[in-house]
Amino acid sequence: MIDVQSLKKIQERKVQWEQTTLKKTLEVMPERQAKFVSLSNRPVKVLYTPLDIAGMDYNEDIGFPGEYPFTRGIHATMHRGRLWTMRQFAGFGTAEDTNRRFHYLLSQGQMGLSVAFDLPTLMGYDSDHPISRGEVGREGVAIDSLEDMEILFKGIPLDQISTSMTINGPAIVLLAMYLAVAEKQGVPPAQLRGTLQADILKEYIAQREWICPPEPAMRILTDIIVYCTRHMPRWNSISISGYHIREAGSTAVQELAFTLYDGLTYVDYGIRAGLEVDEFAPRLSFFFNAHNDFFEEIAKYRAARRIWARELKRRYNPKNPRSLMLRFHTQTAGCSATAQQPLNNIIRTTIQALAAVLGGTQSLHTNSYDETLALPTEEAVTIALRTQQIIAYESEVTNTVDPLGGSYYLERLTNEMEEAAYDYFKKLDALGGMIPAIHQGFPQKEIQEAAYTYQKQIENKEKIIVGVNEFVAKEETPIKILKIGPEVEKKQLERLENVKKRRDPIKHKAALEQLRAAAKGKENLVPPVLEAVKAYATVGEICDVFREVFGIYQDPGFF
Amino acid sequence: MAEEKQKKIRVLIAKPGLDGHDRGAKIIARALRDAGMEVIYTGLHQTPEQVVATALQEDVDAIGLSILSGAHNYLFPRVLELMKEKGLEDVMLFGGGIIPDEDIAKLKAMGVKEIFTPGTSTEEVIKFLRENIKK
Repeated sequence: MIDVQSLKKIQERKVQWEQTTLKKTLEVMPERQAKFVSLSNRPVKVLYTPLDIAGMDYNEDIGFPGEYPFTRGIHATMHRGRLWTMRQFAGFGTAEDTNRRFHYLLSQGQMGLSVAFDLPTLMGYDSDHPISRGEVGREGVAIDSLEDMEILFKGIPLDQISTSMTINGPAIVLLAMYLAVAEKQGVPPAQLRGTLQADILKEYIAQREWICPPEPAMRILTDIIVYCTRHMPRWNSISISGYHIREAGSTAVQELAFTLYDGLTYVDYGIRAGLEVDEFAPRLSFFFNAHNDFFEEIAKYRAARRIWARELKRRYNPKNPRSLMLRFHTQTAGCSATAQQPLNNIIRTTIQALAAVLGGTQSLHTNSYDETLALPTEEAVTIALRTQQIIAYESEVTNTVDPLGGSYYLERLTNEMEEAAYDYFKKLDALGGMIPAIHQGFPQKEIQEAAYTYQKQIENKEKIIVGVNEFVAKEETPIKILKIGPEVEKKQLERLENVKKRRDPIKHKAALEQLRAAAKGKENLVPPVLEAVKAYATVGEICDVFREVFGIYQDPGFF
Repeated sequence: MAEEKQKKIRVLIAKPGLDGHDRGAKIIARALRDAGMEVIYTGLHQTPEQVVATALQEDVDAIGLSILSGAHNYLFPRVLELMKEKGLEDVMLFGGGIIPDEDIAKLKAMGVKEIFTPGTSTEEVIKFLRENIKK
C-alpha cells in the first residue's frame, strides 16, 4: 500500500519511538495490564502503523464497495442508499399473542417480521407431546398446525412484508405452512420475500435443535434449496448462522470459520443436486452475532465478505457477481447480556449494534435489556428498536461507506481474522469436511474450550464484566418482566385437539402416506409436505414421518 | 484406592426438557470435574424419568438441572416427585439457568437446595457442593 522507501522510514521512526517516547512513558506509567488481548484471546499491540498492512494490495484485498472482493460492502452506497432492515425477533405464547406483537412492531416502524418459535416447534414436536410439557409458547410462539400459522399472519399481507423464520430441523414444514397461508391470501410463491433459517449444520455444532442425523437432514435441506430456487426467486433459502455458534461460547474467529465452511458445504450440496451456482448462491444469506469487542466484530464482517467472495470465485467461478456477495443479518449478543443491572444491556446493545452497522449489515436485531430474565416486554423491545433508529437517524455514521476502512488496526485485524479462519478451513478439510468433523465432535469441542476459557477469564478478572465481576451493586431495582402463564399451554392444547377433530381423516392419512413414500424415495420433499400441511397434518406428525424413515439424532453428550 | 474414590463427590448434571442451551451445563460439568468431583452429564433432551433413573443408577450425591427455557416450574417439581418415589431423598437437587427470583423462592420451599443464576462463578458452585455434601 505504501512504497518501500516510506515503509523503511516508518520502520526507523517506529524503532526510535519505541526506544524513546514509548519507553519513557512506560517507565513513568506502566500499562494497566500485563497483556492486552481481544475477546477472541488474540494479542493486541500498543499501536498499529502502515507496517502492519505492508503486504496488502488495496485493489485486490480491500477494493471498492459493490465490487469484488466486497471487503468494504456489497453495495456502492451502502446505508446512504438504504438503511438496514430493522427486524426484531418476536414470538411468544399463542399465535394470537404473537400476531398482536407483530402488528404493534409494524406500527412502530419495524420493517420486517422475524418469527421466534417455541422449543416444541423447533424440535418438531406437537404441544401435546409429553416432552413439550412446560415449554409450550415459552421461548417463542407455539405452532402445531396450519391453523396456528393462519392466525399468526392474520391481517399481515404477505406480498408486502418480508418474513424471517428461525426454524431449522422442521424448516420444511414451516416453509410449507407459509406457502399455504400465502396461497389462501392469493399470494403466489414467486412474490414471497423473506428468509428461512434452515441452517441444519450449525444445529449439531451449536444450537442443538435437530430431528434427524446430519446426512438425511442435508437431504431435506437440499430439497428446500432446490424448491426455493425453482419457485421462490425473492426468498432466501438459508440463513447460514454464526449467531448460535457464538452464543454457544465460540470466539469471533470460530464463528467466522465454521459459518463460512457450513456455507461452502451448502453450496457443494446445491451443485451436487444439479443447480448452477448462479441460480442459488445469490439467495444464500448469512446471520452473524455482534459481541462486545467493537473492532474485532467489524473486522469479522469485513473478513467474512472477502473470504466468501474469494472462495466462491475460486471454487465455482460464477458469472453473476451477486453470487459472490455475502449479505448478512446481525443480532446483538444475547450471551453478553447480564442478569445483573439489566439496564446496562441497553448500552452493550448500542455498542454491538454500532459495530454491526459499521460492518455493513443488511438487517439487524437489537436485543432487549430484559432478555436475560424473560422474554422482552413491549417497553424493552421498543427501546431496543429505538437504539437502531438512533444509530440510523442521529449518529450520522451511515453517511459514508465503511468509515473505518483504512484504519491500520482494523485492516490488520481483518487480515488476521481471515488467516485464522483459513487455518480452521484446513483442519476441517483434513477431517473430511463438516459432517465428518461434527461426528468427531471437532467444532463442538473447539467451542466448548473457548467457552470455558472465557468463563475462567471472567472469574480471574482478566475480563471485566460491569455489574458481574466489577462495579457490582448490592441493591437491584426490580424490572418488569413478561410472564407466560400456564393458560397458554392449555389454550394451545385445546386448539390442537379441535384441529385434529375437524380435519378430514382420509385426506390427512393419505397425505402422510404420500410423504412417507417420498421420504423413502428420492423426489423433492417440499410438495408432499405442502400437501400434508394443507390436510392439517401437524408439525409433530410430519416430523414423526422423518423420524421413522430417517432416524433420530441423539446428543453425544460429551463435555 | 477404593476408599479414596468413595470420598469423591458424585454429581449428575442434567439437561431436562427440550432446551438446547448447554453452554452453562457443560462449563459447570467441566469445572466440577476439574475440582476433583466425579461428573456424569446426561446430554440434551432428557425426560425427568430419565434424569432420575440415571441418578439412581449412578448413585450420585447431587443432581444439578440446567434449565433456560422457562419450563423450570414444571421440571423441578416433577424431578423432586420422582426422586421421592424412587427413594432418592438423600440426593440433593440444585439447579441453574434463567429463573426469576420469585420462582427461586417457591422452588427452594419445595426442596430444591439452591438455584444459581447467570453470572455465578464456577467457584461458587464448587464451594456450595463441598459445603453441603459431607463425604
